[in-house]
Amino acid sequence: MLSFILRRLLIIIPMALLVVTVTWGLIRIAPGNFYSSEKKLPAAVEANIQKKYGLDKPWYQQYGIMMLNILKLDFGDSLKYQGQSVNEIIRRHLPYSATVGILAYLLALAIGLTAGIIAALKQNSAFDYGSMALAMLGLSLPNFVLGPILVLAFALGLYILPPARWGGISSLILPVITLAAIYMAYIARLTRAGMLEVMRSDYIRTARAKGLDEKTVLLKHGLRGGIIPVVSFTGPALASLLAGTVVVEKVFAIPGLGNIFIQAVLNRDEPLILGIVAFLSILIMIFNLAVDISYGFLDPRIRYE
Amino acid sequence: MAENVETVKGTSLWKDAWRRLLKNKLAVFGLIVMTIMVVAVIIGPVIIRWTTGFTADYIPSEGDLIKSFPPSAQHPMGTDEAGRDMLARVLQGGRISLMVGVISTIVSLIVGVSYGAIAGYMGGKIDNFMMRLVDIIYAIPYILIVIVLLSVFGGPNTPTFIQTMASTFGGGQALSQIFLLFFALGLVSWLTMARVVRGQILSLKNQEFVMAARATGVSTPNIIFRHLVPNALGPVIVYATLTIPSVMLTEAFLSFLGLGVQAPYASWGSLAADGIKNIAIYPWQLIFPGVTMALTLFSLNFLGDGLRDALDPQTRKF
Repeated sequence: MLSFILRRLLIIIPMALLVVTVTWGLIRIAPGNFYSSEKKLPAAVEANIQKKYGLDKPWYQQYGIMMLNILKLDFGDSLKYQGQSVNEIIRRHLPYSATVGILAYLLALAIGLTAGIIAALKQNSAFDYGSMALAMLGLSLPNFVLGPILVLAFALGLYILPPARWGGISSLILPVITLAAIYMAYIARLTRAGMLEVMRSDYIRTARAKGLDEKTVLLKHGLRGGIIPVVSFTGPALASLLAGTVVVEKVFAIPGLGNIFIQAVLNRDEPLILGIVAFLSILIMIFNLAVDISYGFLDPRIRYE
Repeated sequence: MAENVETVKGTSLWKDAWRRLLKNKLAVFGLIVMTIMVVAVIIGPVIIRWTTGFTADYIPSEGDLIKSFPPSAQHPMGTDEAGRDMLARVLQGGRISLMVGVISTIVSLIVGVSYGAIAGYMGGKIDNFMMRLVDIIYAIPYILIVIVLLSVFGGPNTPTFIQTMASTFGGGQALSQIFLLFFALGLVSWLTMARVVRGQILSLKNQEFVMAARATGVSTPNIIFRHLVPNALGPVIVYATLTIPSVMLTEAFLSFLGLGVQAPYASWGSLAADGIKNIAIYPWQLIFPGVTMALTLFSLNFLGDGLRDALDPQTRKF
């Protein structure tokens, strides 16, 4: 087990470097660069800028220098936000996305799991159909439609919640609900499917046969196997939530990382793009590893060599 | 009694699946809504006689101070900022949005199925390399890939076949950029499809019919595409129906950010994005395109779910 974890942790580094390399290649393939969208500069000034950022060197030297710096976890300064390091920018904007993201996931887990379990236990009941139709609606309602409609109802209609901006718990409610909706729907569906499958398995029959009461069978034996699909979904979902969901940040004017990333892509701000992509890919891989480890605890039949 | 006289008829996998699908009320609901949506979008201009969204009976004059009116008998969905009939705009937008769903999904199908089938059949080092590549592309935010594709192949660099396609639909440069977007979206949505197909091929490739084909000297591409892929079609169709709503959402998201469909063309996403700006004063500008899109995605998701239950008896509801 320990060697499995170590091996997986070690492979994260080359994988992240590969992801950064491919991303760098993509940025370089596209015609133009950060400066091509700005005002045309005198040749001498442009040459100076090229020199300052090392753009006058051949591409393989630029790549080598960049990779060496990245290995030291130094992504350099953003091109757009002069004098601010990429690490600084990520550190400053991540907390906003993380707060909204974690709260949204907790809300999604709480409601999604409960609804999924009840729907599975009362299969084909009105609750089952109702909650699953609601979940489908959650999957189908784009969050840039849901968000503004919530704003319309609760902020502009009822005047009980602020429509946007960051400050206080009340300003978190609408963005968290908007962001949570789709995850809630996924979790409810996954839980229901997982529970239905597990409750029909042999070991549940054994548990019942040995006379355990239904509550123990369900919570101690059923749930552990039943939520495995939810756990696999959690890894990538949490990473994408932490990174911020652009739409919710835009609709509610939250200064999170998602918007910074989109702006960086549009501005061709190479260091910032690479920094955020590297950060995200490492985050995803760590979450996926955590998910793989937790499988072992949830289902004793899964073993890692 | 009638059942007794009926002769025993053989039934194919597809007939069986169709029967199961028709039993699923929600899937039938989805099928009906989608049919209506497609028909409405196609015959829309015949009924409303719009000219870029202005209906024939109302073209605002420069002097009108307010051009956006709430829903009325004349304009069931109201009018937008420029005084264009929202119903006409939503139908126009629906053409683009539904086309995204179809074209991007076909592109992702072609790439994903070929890639997954080749990786799965080749196995070993090739498979390992191909799937690690998929992992890496997964880790790169798709929005970056889409933007790079759009800027590499945009403007004068647009592939000829896309330009030909745009002119077939009666559009010029602007429309060919939209078609380029469709292809770009397809080129970022094939990853999961490749994984699904690879998994299927892995479980199929050691079966006797493949061995028989190989023994009779069928070429490798023929084994992959004529013997293996047709046998993996069930999951592929299911996954494709679920890809349609997801690419439509992605397109809407890009249009929301101002990166997708550009004026004078519209999609549900770009209409909703325009509507959000005026939400406090003209809420119908957001609500109608938003709800139409949600209803479509809702139906497609139900249809996809129904198809999965119908085509894959193992995961069918008990």
